[in-house]
Amino acid sequence: MRLRKFGLGLVSALALAASMGVAHAKSDIVVAMQLEPPHLDPTGAAAGAIDSVLYSNVFEGLTRFGPDGSVNPGLAESWEISEDGKTYTFKLHEGVKFHDGSDLTADDVKFSLDRARADDSQNAQKALFTGIETVEVVDPLTVKVTLKEPNGSFLFNMAWGDAVIVAPESIGDIKSKPIGTGAFKFTNWVQGDRIDLEKNADYWGEPAKLDKVTFKFISDPTAAFAAVMAEDVNAFVGFPAPENLPQFEADSRFQVLVGSTEGETILAANNKLPPLDNIKVREAIAHAVDRQAIIDGAMFGYGTPIGTHFAPHSPDYVDLTANSQYDPELAKKLLAEAGYAEGFTTTLKLPPPSYARRGGEIIAAQLRAVGIETEISNLEWAQWLEQVFKGKDFGLTIVSHTEPMDIGIYARPDYYFQYDNADFQKLFADLTAEDDPEKRSVLLKQAQEMISKDYVNTYLFQLAFPTIADAKIKGLWENQPTQATDLTAVYWED
Amino acid sequence: MSLLFHSRTLLPGAVLTLLFTAAALISLVWVPYDTTVVDIANRMKPPSWLHPFGTDQFGRDILSMIMVGARTSIAVALVAVGIGMAVGVPLGLAAAARKGGLMDEIIMRANDLVFAFPSLLIAVMITAVFGASALNAIIAIGIFNIPVFARLTRGAALSLWNREYILAARVAGKGSARISLEHILPNVANLLIVQGTIQFSLGILAEAGLSYVGLGAQPPTASWGRMLADSQTMISLAPHLALFPGLAILLTVLGLNLLGDGLRDSLDPKLRRART
Amino acid sequence: MLQYFLKRLLSLGLSLVAASVVIFLALEVVPGDPASYMLGLNAQEDTLAALRQELGLGGSLFERYATWAGGLLVGDFGTSYTYRTPVAGMIADRLWVSLPLALYALVLSTLIAFPAGIWAASRRGSHADGAVMGVTQLGIAIPNFWFAMLMVLVFAINLRWFSAGGFPGWDAGFFVALKALTLPAIALALPQASILTRVMRSSLLDTLGEDFIRTARAKGLSKGQALWRHAVRNALIPVLTILGLQFSFLLAGAIIIENVFFLPGLGRLVFQSISARDLIVVESVVMLLVFAVIVVNFTVDMAYAWVDPRLRRRR
Repeated sequence: MRLRKFGLGLVSALALAASMGVAHAKSDIVVAMQLEPPHLDPTGAAAGAIDSVLYSNVFEGLTRFGPDGSVNPGLAESWEISEDGKTYTFKLHEGVKFHDGSDLTADDVKFSLDRARADDSQNAQKALFTGIETVEVVDPLTVKVTLKEPNGSFLFNMAWGDAVIVAPESIGDIKSKPIGTGAFKFTNWVQGDRIDLEKNADYWGEPAKLDKVTFKFISDPTAAFAAVMAEDVNAFVGFPAPENLPQFEADSRFQVLVGSTEGETILAANNKLPPLDNIKVREAIAHAVDRQAIIDGAMFGYGTPIGTHFAPHSPDYVDLTANSQYDPELAKKLLAEAGYAEGFTTTLKLPPPSYARRGGEIIAAQLRAVGIETEISNLEWAQWLEQVFKGKDFGLTIVSHTEPMDIGIYARPDYYFQYDNADFQKLFADLTAEDDPEKRSVLLKQAQEMISKDYVNTYLFQLAFPTIADAKIKGLWENQPTQATDLTAVYWED
Repeated sequence: MSLLFHSRTLLPGAVLTLLFTAAALISLVWVPYDTTVVDIANRMKPPSWLHPFGTDQFGRDILSMIMVGARTSIAVALVAVGIGMAVGVPLGLAAAARKGGLMDEIIMRANDLVFAFPSLLIAVMITAVFGASALNAIIAIGIFNIPVFARLTRGAALSLWNREYILAARVAGKGSARISLEHILPNVANLLIVQGTIQFSLGILAEAGLSYVGLGAQPPTASWGRMLADSQTMISLAPHLALFPGLAILLTVLGLNLLGDGLRDSLDPKLRRART
Repeated sequence: MLQYFLKRLLSLGLSLVAASVVIFLALEVVPGDPASYMLGLNAQEDTLAALRQELGLGGSLFERYATWAGGLLVGDFGTSYTYRTPVAGMIADRLWVSLPLALYALVLSTLIAFPAGIWAASRRGSHADGAVMGVTQLGIAIPNFWFAMLMVLVFAINLRWFSAGGFPGWDAGFFVALKALTLPAIALALPQASILTRVMRSSLLDTLGEDFIRTARAKGLSKGQALWRHAVRNALIPVLTILGLQFSFLLAGAIIIENVFFLPGLGRLVFQSISARDLIVVESVVMLLVFAVIVVNFTVDMAYAWVDPRLRRRR
């Protein structure tokens, strides 16, 4: 409580300084986002909101994602990969300190990686670490990681928010008092309202330009609109109501950035449930759905059509939308060929985001036009996980898969849409073992084509990531290569 | 004077109630436009001759949506009140028949208990357990109607049990169940009708609130609360999206309240006596 | 009196036990696993099991109930599954928003309802009475979340007099915090004020018709004097009862308004916790609210019995 008062005293002092017309540019920022983190340990939950607040700001990994999705050096300034592709030797930056003043050493790296892959690990992306055979400390600034098999995406994996480096002495309180190595320090969390960070004066790299950062959590889209309009917040990352974007664009007080995400939004079909186990039926659904109407109606035009489960901004992307052109007559014909000339009824289960709820109403109307009746049920996330994801009790569902490079889910026959194709599984195994970039690219393209031609799901659009900010703020990330709000390079223009 | 008062609430109340009931009934056989067909090209059009209330974010006709929504609201509220009466009235009669007995005590304590639960939170819990649907909204609203009717019936019945004609019936050897049915129930009927109207209007509001937070009838069934929730982010772009469903709720509830007041004034014997 | 008190106290205790069992069982059957909600789509089965173990989701139904209910008795509300902080602290934080909001709404509604009700009653049948009654009809019928939406549109987005929502905390200054609660309090107060005005008016009219007022009038007091000296005081009993009920309603019933204005209050805590399947928070908050209502009712009953000995035998 005392701490909170002190923190607020600082805010009002800053606010006072700002209001007195001090000549310096503003050095504090209020950034709003929709979801509040459940706790503050990025290595202990799937909640993307944790990374949205802490990734790169407070916590850093051996490697890190750049704004364009490239993998750059992080706490490791360099690394060597052995001939057989199994051993990675990381050289750590010198002079890196945790926010509690202790030094970052190779022991911390070993602790973090071992903790993530331990039997009792609570890491939501444990699969990133299961390929690790051993982690050895060579000297205080050198660490050697040996893999069971060569893995072409290991450096990519180490850039994830779930792979950040934590210290053993602060792990006990990490969920409420995160201590990392980043350019900002955590100061305060008012649950249900906001999280405050301040500049880390002892940062090892390029210091942050802002002195103070407040993350505010506003889940309701209407409230989000009102808060930005009333300038209660300086920026809103991941703005939830695309219908309001034109209003902000027309207002010179604001800048609107519409970036790309890793979120492939799909109409997923239960590949084991009749009649959806029939490829003709799935093909019919793909042709019955008018992507553009969904992008216009649900996302007000923001979103890129996709024809397969792959991000369109990736160099390996193949445009396969032609495989599933909007053609209701063809859809009816295919249904008749499959023996469902009279149509059929199935369920359509929708999680909370508006792309699903709105998209669902439009898709239901489009499917009805070709004779397929859907029973819509709107679910909360917990219910969706239980019924659809775990219980596989669904016909159709709409969901956005936001993990980067996640085409591998099609190689898991027990994954919720239950696509079981031995050819694909073989292809994916080859891909994982391959580390030659050109060969990987060829395999990735084949994988995209295979799932598109099998009409596993109906691929709708790549989710857009709208950010609205005060026109004077510079240095925000436009795209979301991973869930992050990297503020280390953000500043106010005079 | 009293006649004027009557016409001031009873008539407008009855007219509004009839209007929305009629809209709901007509929607069973005819609506201007099919509310399950989306037309993205024509979305968010302001009111015009073709669409008197305009079109919504998917290009559906708002007038048609409101007619179908009236059906949803009225059906949910009516059944919920029905549940409250069907369970609450017999409980109240039973409690009054054995005043101070174990049965009375249990019924009244159980009533207090239900009253003590925050109703909206319980509705949220019920839908968390069984999923969101019109049926679960009915159950959630219905449960909280039971103690209302039980209390009202018990209170009114208690005062009747002391009347002489009841004593006479007792002496004639009639059992308490039979007395409750033959003599008590007809005499509390007016009270129940008035309360029923009030609960009906509360039910409409509750249904709107539940579907506003997404716990009522599911799409494509139109409901007023969900129309409001869906239009919320568009209120500064296209105010008519939020205006008409809000007005529909307001006018329906207002109509029922006025009707309830009017009925009470004309049915309540105490007030009638007081006036003459 | 003592016997009546003890009897009511016993029934209070039984009600609380019954309520806790109902709440616990209701939430036990809620489908959805907090662990898989927290760990998301890529979680592995062994990770889930490890987390479930840590959350204390093992053990028999009875054991878990005993742990929870036993904790409640000594003021330990348990630890939130998702936030991993003591539930008691979370509730206390949220109460600092919900309690002032409920009080604020109650004060507003009283300030409106008392004068309006007395004024209407003193001019029964006049146009003024009719106008007051008409406005209250509208106030009761308007869905408060719709009213809130309209207020945000007008006062926050267009006029920018108020911020659209959120709560800066009491540390930001009393009036700053109060201002943030103003629009929500008005939205909550409108229907309550309308109901209270009507109760005030009708209970005044009832007392005005009673014998002691007629006596007072016969003794030569004017209508206005009779109203002020006797009727208002006597009419307060039903009004205060309604106020008590409204307070507990406001505490729990602000859930929708809290959502419209994104206030970190109790209602929103429950709503969020249900979505996250953080059931221990839901159980504890609902239990606390039920406890509050039961105790308020008990106190009101006792107060009545104290004032009016006839009532002791009646229930």
